[in-house]
Amino acid sequence: MSTALETTKLSKRYGRTWALQDCTLSLPAGRVAALIGPNGAGKTTLLHLAVGLLEPTAGEVQAFGLSPLRQPGEALPRLGFVAQDTPLYKGFTVAELLTLGRKLNPGFDDALARARMQKLGIPLNRRAGKLSGGQQAQVALVLALAKRPDLLLLDEPLSSLDPLARREFLRTLMDAVAESGLTVLLSSHIIGDLERVCDYLVILSASQVQLAGDMQEIQRTHKRLIGPRQDEAALASVHTVIEASHTDRQTTLLVRTNGPLFAPSWEVQEVSMEDMVLAYLSQQAGDRVQAPPSAREQDGREVFQ
Amino acid sequence: MIEFHLDSHSGVAAYLQLVQQVKQALRLGRLQVGDQLPTVREAVAQITINPNTVLKAYRELEREGLVESRPGQGTFVQRTLAGTSLSSHAPLRRSLVRWLHSASEAGLDNESVLALFMSTFQDTQNEHEETA
Repeated sequence: MSTALETTKLSKRYGRTWALQDCTLSLPAGRVAALIGPNGAGKTTLLHLAVGLLEPTAGEVQAFGLSPLRQPGEALPRLGFVAQDTPLYKGFTVAELLTLGRKLNPGFDDALARARMQKLGIPLNRRAGKLSGGQQAQVALVLALAKRPDLLLLDEPLSSLDPLARREFLRTLMDAVAESGLTVLLSSHIIGDLERVCDYLVILSASQVQLAGDMQEIQRTHKRLIGPRQDEAALASVHTVIEASHTDRQTTLLVRTNGPLFAPSWEVQEVSMEDMVLAYLSQQAGDRVQAPPSAREQDGREVFQ
Repeated sequence: MIEFHLDSHSGVAAYLQLVQQVKQALRLGRLQVGDQLPTVREAVAQITINPNTVLKAYRELEREGLVESRPGQGTFVQRTLAGTSLSSHAPLRRSLVRWLHSASEAGLDNESVLALFMSTFQDTQNEHEETA
């Protein structure tokens, strides 16, 4: 299977703070990937590097084997990007935004954009600033989809939407995936709504990739083990212990299994995606606390949340 | 035509939920041979799900010989599950009732019975998964 996005030891430093460090990632084409991490983890930095809005301090990023920075003419037409808070020119009408999209993008599919706007009940003569938050997000998404990208990157598209608008936004996105098979990378600080639409997961925390892979495979290999109080060392020699907690009688572990699990003294339970993600994120909490205060504010865009 | 639903908190993989819903509809006769399943785009519109998940569910149903995909037309039911399993329900129920009586004689209360059943069920599921 071909690769949509590949980063090799990709790093970005702002002053003395690393926003992204040694990020190595390979996203197969055709996937819908969730990029999960707390605010300030480096998600926005990674997305901006991927579309060539930023220049890496070190390392390499390629989309379909093309560098967005050095080969923009070939790479950029294949990439779509919806920035955080789905920004639009608020004074433009929807029709004017479509004209803008058509003038700026050679392959812009005007008919598709109009059909989707109509399906969504978004009036073309309305100014963007007068649309609801959910509709503005939909317009930004439709504009990006009309570019007919092979890889669409979305930065926290759901964070300011209410639950119904989230569901409708994801429905438009999934319909586009069903129709064209495009690859999607979508960032969020929570897994919540993404669980049902994503089949690939990347956990980014403390400027590094903690986990990346097929969502179902991740679900299958992570287990919660509950047993009488004991040392996890024997288990940790074969499997990876993500989280361990002990009371005087009981030990609870969250492990990533690296093969068949022979654990007769443990009760083995499934772990919800949310619990698993939180375990990875809190694993890094210690490191994050020790980082300079600016580390968490390295990316101004993510701070205000 | 059936309509899918999805329980995000069930812990069951989404594609398996779809497989189970189709099988349930086949068992209960809501789907019959020749019926069409929702197209991928219809399923996506119904439950806002990754289209790959729907395809995976349909491939699994196809692998089991329950449906067939006709290129350009859609996915159609090829075999039903009614009948076959219904006839085996009665003897299974009788042996389950016998088991429940012996559990009660052994002093297990309702919650213990359920806990024992669920943990045994999960163990056999896990074994099944590992050997598969």
